[in-house]
Amino acid sequence: MPKKFAEKLDKLSSKPLVKYGVYLTAVILFFALILLPPILGIIIKWDAMQDVLGNGELIARALNAVKNSFTIAVLVSVLDVVAGIPMAWLVTRGKSRWLNVLDTLADVPFIVPTAVLGYSILLFWSDSEKGISAFFGSSLISPGWLLVALLHFTFSYPVVVRVIVGALLDYKIEYEQASRTLGAPPLTTARTVTLGIIKPSLIAAFILAFARSISETGATMMVAGAFENGPVFIQNMKNAFSVQPPLVSQAVYEGSTVFASLILIAVSCLIFAVVRIFATRFKLPIKGAWPSLERKLSYSSATLTRNSVALLVFFAIVLIPSLFVALPAFEALSTNILPNALAGVSPWDEYWQSLILSYSLGAIVTVLNVLVGLPMAIVVARKRLGTSFSSALNVLVDIPIIVPSVALGASLRFFWKETLAFIPDVWLLVFAHLAITYPYFVRSMSAAVERIGIELEEASRTLGAKPLTVFRTIILPLTKYSMFSGAVMVFTRSVSETGATLAVTSLKTAPVVLVDWVKGKIDVSPLEIGLGCGFLILFSFIILLALRLIIKGKGRY
Amino acid sequence: MPDVRLVNVTKRFGKIVAVDNVSLHISDKEYFSILGPSGCGKTTLLRLIAGLIQPDEGEIYIGDRLVNDVPPEDRDIGFVFQTFALFPHMNAWENVTYGPRVKGFDVRKAERIGHEVLEMVKLHERLDAFPNELSGGMMQRIAVARALAAGAKLLLLDEPLGHLDAKVRNELRYEIRRMTKDLELTAIHVTHDQSEAMAISDRIAVMKKGKILQVGTPQELYMNPQSIFVAHFIGGSNFLEGFIAETKDKMAVVELRGEVKVQAVNKGVNKGERVVLAVRPETFTIKKGRGKGENSIFGVIERVAFEGTNIRYEVRLENQDLVVVVTPSLICEWFNIGENVTVSFQPENAHLFVYPEVGLREETAVE
Repeated sequence: MPKKFAEKLDKLSSKPLVKYGVYLTAVILFFALILLPPILGIIIKWDAMQDVLGNGELIARALNAVKNSFTIAVLVSVLDVVAGIPMAWLVTRGKSRWLNVLDTLADVPFIVPTAVLGYSILLFWSDSEKGISAFFGSSLISPGWLLVALLHFTFSYPVVVRVIVGALLDYKIEYEQASRTLGAPPLTTARTVTLGIIKPSLIAAFILAFARSISETGATMMVAGAFENGPVFIQNMKNAFSVQPPLVSQAVYEGSTVFASLILIAVSCLIFAVVRIFATRFKLPIKGAWPSLERKLSYSSATLTRNSVALLVFFAIVLIPSLFVALPAFEALSTNILPNALAGVSPWDEYWQSLILSYSLGAIVTVLNVLVGLPMAIVVARKRLGTSFSSALNVLVDIPIIVPSVALGASLRFFWKETLAFIPDVWLLVFAHLAITYPYFVRSMSAAVERIGIELEEASRTLGAKPLTVFRTIILPLTKYSMFSGAVMVFTRSVSETGATLAVTSLKTAPVVLVDWVKGKIDVSPLEIGLGCGFLILFSFIILLALRLIIKGKGRY
Repeated sequence: MPDVRLVNVTKRFGKIVAVDNVSLHISDKEYFSILGPSGCGKTTLLRLIAGLIQPDEGEIYIGDRLVNDVPPEDRDIGFVFQTFALFPHMNAWENVTYGPRVKGFDVRKAERIGHEVLEMVKLHERLDAFPNELSGGMMQRIAVARALAAGAKLLLLDEPLGHLDAKVRNELRYEIRRMTKDLELTAIHVTHDQSEAMAISDRIAVMKKGKILQVGTPQELYMNPQSIFVAHFIGGSNFLEGFIAETKDKMAVVELRGEVKVQAVNKGVNKGERVVLAVRPETFTIKKGRGKGENSIFGVIERVAFEGTNIRYEVRLENQDLVVVVTPSLICEWFNIGENVTVSFQPENAHLFVYPEVGLREETAVE
């Protein structure tokens, strides 16, 4: 029966009506579920802007916050790419077996819920009793722009490294060898040939880091102090409206949210477009060559220094600060907290429920992403719906990740909750997470599909395969790893998302519970917070590792 | 001056010995080819000379310099890759002037060299083109120009014509040889195409399973192959199995299947020994009917193929051996399928080998 069913599906897939039906459904679902809800909520409240446009002081404050957002985003994305290159190089070109472990460790900041990550970084850099500041007697880095920059650097780092590692693995080593035989030392080769060829991936890494920095709210709030960037400004306005009695009117709150969000979205789109257009024309400086200097910088002592700096940056700025909050977990193991936690004594009962909700949600969102995102990735990569429309879709796919998550949450709530009130909370949560994670999956998959030569598909068709069989037997096996890395990003992003979850529902996912604990809404000890974070990180790590092993186990591709 | 010397060089990949204790001397200004079937280790040998991989044992000298620990950029070589490896993000001009630039030549010198080499490969009008805008032949010329522009006196070519169609391949091989001779370069050319190697090389090394079987001029390899494999791989041969019936002076009488006796020049075989007689298809003469005389064997034409310059016959001999005979189509008589003929050969044109321990099929295998 299943075989017959598969044959039937196969036959159906060769009918143009069915094929384009699938693509069109994917596009319609994209507009209906992913693109419109996050921005429609903002656009519909357009009128609210009238109330703030006359308020010069508020506008100046909003503009200043938006400017801060872009300054931090540009600074952090550039630094991330600069720091990510030597790390990715070490991971892909080094010969030690330990590099696999290092590669996996680079994903850790992605697993930590963003709000918890913010708290962890705050503890590490600012807490004068616990973190690194304890050595100095006072707070080393107080909440403010520098701490925000450090935080953003940390949470974007895994994405940047993941993208560059992928590019270096796909890259043909022959170009490097050709350059070496022409007389270029390794550093000159890397600068003029390798980085030039993987430039599209460097740009993709930059854009992902930039978008994440522009939109992140939950963690930034924790470390911002008096500093305001776009999302913090929106959150501050929301807080000012939420207190009793409200410090600002609803119109001012909504107006400033719309104003700040629109500028962030518009300027980000503009920057992405400019980067995409000019990056193809912009060339790395290959004209100049400094043979003697670059030769000196190419050999062992310089390489050792470069690797050491890359590792130092990773451990000191990324990994240890991210995991710092979970350190008390080890101490908690020897107290009665562990048995209480395992027995589900309050507040752990709520914690375990939230953990189950988080992982179920992550799994559902991942499956939905595969179903809705795969056809879209093919449409974008193969330009199946006409060149211009497909290219436009290619740009639109990125929008949900540049909308500040607090504005996205507000917009989603408005769209789903206030307009379509019948939708149950769980589905609201699923849709919110789907919107946030969709770009990661489609980006990752469409890049992978683009890399498969069209002639492979054509060969398969000439051998008698129907479109669905081509997809099943050629595209799917060849893009397995990209699909996996896309799914990993979706899953971890969903499990760690805080801001939008808080905005759309009162359901408590694990990050929401942990934020409650961290903010002292529920009375728990630091050891319990550590253990709570530790469990979440450990379980996520185990799930990812298991997935990786299952994928690896199934043949060569 | 860049002569190249390899002394007992071995390279292993896990359990596979890709290059097995190879010693070789390539003279200055020589056009030298390394020829062998796929997987014989020839590309590995070239990459060892280039410094792209390091030997496990042995020494490699370029000129008088031991280069085992010298990185590729300091070996002063030019390398042409099978896939060309033109940098896709640079146009033809940038690709060609890359070497002079990264070596720190001043801009004028780099540009002068760029113009010279592009002139040499006759692609001056395409200097703005990116690799994906060029045909296979053009990419190959740019790849050669790029390697030449680096100013090296040693040019290494890894199957440089492998990706081109037959017509372009034939033209370019002579062009490459002419350029290297004009510029007085030492060239090491790796190929699996024996006709290419024969046509352009001063000397050829034939490799099999990581070992060098024979080194010599194309004529030496063709006229005097020292192993069954070389007789098979260079030019092609018919192999007739038999025993030595008797030896006298410098000759040996070989008894083939069906008690057919022929004579060949004795190269150290003894009476009673099992042997293989290699006879090239073009050294047979073929006549109508049953003829008599030295080394004449009666047979019937089984297949005929007209190849243009030559006609190729498959003849079933009276002892049931099948031989291939090739004759020039314009100056020889033509025969039809089923016709009775007599094939014969001169004793000095047959090569006598001891029957290989691994069997004839394994000995002549090219995979």
